[in-house]
Amino acid sequence: MDIESLLPTLLGLAWLLPLASFVVILFAGPRLGSHGKGAAGVATAAIVGSFVLSLFAFISWVAQHPVRAVEHGEHAEHGAAHASADPAHASADAAHGSTDHADASHASGADHAAGHGTTHAAGHGEAGGHGGLPASYSGDWYTLYEGGRLKLSIGWYVDALTVLMFVMITFIATCIHVYASGYMHDELHDITDHEVHLADGGHLHRPGRFHRFFQALSLFCFSMLGIVIAGNLAMVFIFWELVGICSWFLIGFYYERKSASNAANKAFIVNRIGDFGMLIGLMALWGALGTLHFADATGPDGHVRPGLFTLVRPPVAGHAQWVPDGMVKFAAAEKVERVLLSHADDPRAGVEQVEAKVEDWRDEGYGRWLLLVAGLGIFCGCIGKSAQFPLFVWLPDAMEGPTPVSALVHSATMVAAGVYLTGRFYPVLTPDALLVIAYVGAMTLFIAATIALVANDIKRVLAYSTVSQLGYMMLALGVGGWLAGLFHLVTHAFFKSLLFLCSGSVIHACHTNDMRKMGGLAKAMPWTSGTMLVGCLAIIGAGVPFLDIGLSGYYSKDSILAQALLFARENPSHSILFYAVAGGAMLTAFYMFRLWFMTFAGRPRDHHVHEHAHESPPVMVYPLVALSILAVIAGWTLPGGFGIANMIEQARPAGTGGLELGGLLFSAFTVPAEHSSHAHDIHVTASLTAFATAATGVLLAAAMYVWGIIPPAMVASAVKPLYTFLANRWYFDEIYRFLFVLPVLGISRLVSGTDKGIIDRFIEGVAWGAKQVAGFDAWIDRTLIDGLVNSTASATYGAGIELKKLQTGQLRQYVMFIALGTVAIFVLAGLLFRSSFAG
Amino acid sequence: MMDFAVAPFMLPSGLPMPGCLATVPLFAANPFTEPVGVIHYLIVGAVLFTAGIACMTLKRNALGILMGIELVLNGANINFVAFSSSYLRAEGAPTLGLDGQVVALFVILLAAAEAAVALAITLNFYNNHATVDVDRADDLKG
Repeated sequence: MDIESLLPTLLGLAWLLPLASFVVILFAGPRLGSHGKGAAGVATAAIVGSFVLSLFAFISWVAQHPVRAVEHGEHAEHGAAHASADPAHASADAAHGSTDHADASHASGADHAAGHGTTHAAGHGEAGGHGGLPASYSGDWYTLYEGGRLKLSIGWYVDALTVLMFVMITFIATCIHVYASGYMHDELHDITDHEVHLADGGHLHRPGRFHRFFQALSLFCFSMLGIVIAGNLAMVFIFWELVGICSWFLIGFYYERKSASNAANKAFIVNRIGDFGMLIGLMALWGALGTLHFADATGPDGHVRPGLFTLVRPPVAGHAQWVPDGMVKFAAAEKVERVLLSHADDPRAGVEQVEAKVEDWRDEGYGRWLLLVAGLGIFCGCIGKSAQFPLFVWLPDAMEGPTPVSALVHSATMVAAGVYLTGRFYPVLTPDALLVIAYVGAMTLFIAATIALVANDIKRVLAYSTVSQLGYMMLALGVGGWLAGLFHLVTHAFFKSLLFLCSGSVIHACHTNDMRKMGGLAKAMPWTSGTMLVGCLAIIGAGVPFLDIGLSGYYSKDSILAQALLFARENPSHSILFYAVAGGAMLTAFYMFRLWFMTFAGRPRDHHVHEHAHESPPVMVYPLVALSILAVIAGWTLPGGFGIANMIEQARPAGTGGLELGGLLFSAFTVPAEHSSHAHDIHVTASLTAFATAATGVLLAAAMYVWGIIPPAMVASAVKPLYTFLANRWYFDEIYRFLFVLPVLGISRLVSGTDKGIIDRFIEGVAWGAKQVAGFDAWIDRTLIDGLVNSTASATYGAGIELKKLQTGQLRQYVMFIALGTVAIFVLAGLLFRSSFAG
Repeated sequence: MMDFAVAPFMLPSGLPMPGCLATVPLFAANPFTEPVGVIHYLIVGAVLFTAGIACMTLKRNALGILMGIELVLNGANINFVAFSSSYLRAEGAPTLGLDGQVVALFVILLAAAEAAVALAITLNFYNNHATVDVDRADDLKG
């Protein structure tokens, strides 16, 4: 089987296995093992199967497209070439771009040019160099609907990023499934929920929901993998909403608790706000371009339907971004109409005239806003899903769900979907959209980091840390660090799920989330504390600057810092972005080690909690160890150049490596080429900054929480207003409550009052009147009409009863009657008609 | 005392006719004093008819009733024949002609057929009830 049919098959199966598990648990749920214990086995088996298949896909990908080191100098040259939108220049560039790895993929892709699928690696050799299309495979499994230009389908778009995300997601999900089968064992039996107070003062007693947990987890894995493998934006949107509903199920797992059901609703509603923007983006793309497919599709007739990537960055422009023809015409609709009307006698000439003028209109700037709106609209969805400012408020509340859910859904994968989509959609984002993204990311990372400084709930610290790290990724994408952002997405997934699982282990042991009751747990829980230390070191980006060796976070965070620094140098007016990143790094180091020190170091603060603390069972410890190993090595690049960063680099969208000029929304600025950030001075400055800020943060945390040089209470009282402000989470919930929730509630009360007081009253009045009329009609019917009919019937009946007495059966009597009757008739006739007889 | 013109028809016992009958032209003359004409045949027919009716009403035996029917039919037959006979009427007076005889023959035919059917019914009734008493034949009474 060649690679282009092998990959969709493997990944497709890996994608569908969790769905199968979901269906099995859905129908067989409680009957699987005792109390549904088997559900964990089914779900885990499915996700392990997915992981193995993804691994096969990974191996076959690497075999086909060897991952090699990226040569910087070469790329800088190409980047400069692509910055100019001059096609001639770009094709000239193609002539000498022959040494880097992209050629390998072209060569291998050429073997499959005759194949049935659409292989972008093939046939684009002329684009040359690094700016060419990345090796990718795409196609459709199933067409949901096709009519006119609209084609909705379930399809795949597989490139290095897809394969990597599959491995990452299924690996983390596997760890978490194993961990959860230990963590959730309480749910195997009937449970008394001490956090639910019933009206009678007692606690809620309910049956365990073990199988339901794994059912939702399986559905979530299916949906998440669906987003990653999706070949078009419509399919992304479908699975986007599916992960939303899974998140809702899982946050509201303890739905009897008011806080949990509120948190679930909050997450769902806040995400809908973002999805509204996403729908606008989808409509802008669909309305103007008529396709939602990422990649080009070759129809059965050999006709190529260009996908989004080709439309926005066509090979003819050297993959530099331009406004697609469709958007130009859409924006210049009035001019198009005028041209067509002036050629009303010859429509074909009119169309040709329009096509000829598109170039001029493009130069005049038509459609630039539409492209910006499309990009920002899609980004809106990402704001909701990835908990960016201003929609991040749902994520900390989402920690009401069980901890494995927090680890899988709300830190490692689902919230990363927004970053993933922004990365996937990157070619379509204009420089101005990128700058918006960068600022949103900067706001997010700073706000969340400051809130995390003062949070006392161990899971909330991690939740805000997640928000903050997501802000990092968005900022990285926004300042042109496509690779840096996605690299951080992968490494963060490993160490953040590790951190969450560790916190789950702590909570499991202490039965509390409050860090103020913990302390000195390191001896009781050596494995947990050790792996969590690894996670903390990874997230702060611990490493040795000059040797360039560190934990996974070191590499990804360094590249973000470097890119932000480069951006700040190119655009001094936006240097605040770099300070946000650097400051955020220090805050991250401080709050992560505050968390670790408060939990594991020092003396126990609560002896009751400390005495009960114990190491978690092996089924929970093994995933910790596995994840901590990956948290260490995920960023490494092997001597041959094999590494996650270089693999992601393989998927770089065509033409996004170079610098881009923006200035539609903002004054003119440049998005620098990403490989320029590898330049020595930038790189060293960034590394040193990262090291210095992280070290400062850790030392500060140690000074406050271990050595006691600076008592935390003193700091808190010294900056009391600030402390209160942060402890109340910048009053975001209150502001939203005041600005949105209360008005909405007020309006809904007003509307429901109108409904109940006026509309319902009126309808009830009408109904009452109708009922009265009907009652009168019924009375008429019963008494008059029925009476008439019934009395006729009874009269007839009575007459029959009476008359039958005449029928005596006495033959002689009958004769008598006849005779007498005849006589009587004659007598009567004689008496009455005497005159006529008298003649 | 009754005036003759008012009560011309006297029964043999000397009782006067009911006043109403006196208005009927047929009875305008005294049959006992008249030569034999239609009126006498009609009287015989009426007697037969009345005897038949009496027989039908008084007899309980089904066969007796059948005989009463025969009497009624034959009373009627006499009337038909009398009315159609040209000998009993004045010269030139209208008659039924041969129609009366034809109807009489037809009635005889009908009587024969009726008797056959009625006798069959009676025989059947006898087989079922071991009697020919018509008062017992009230199975279908209301």
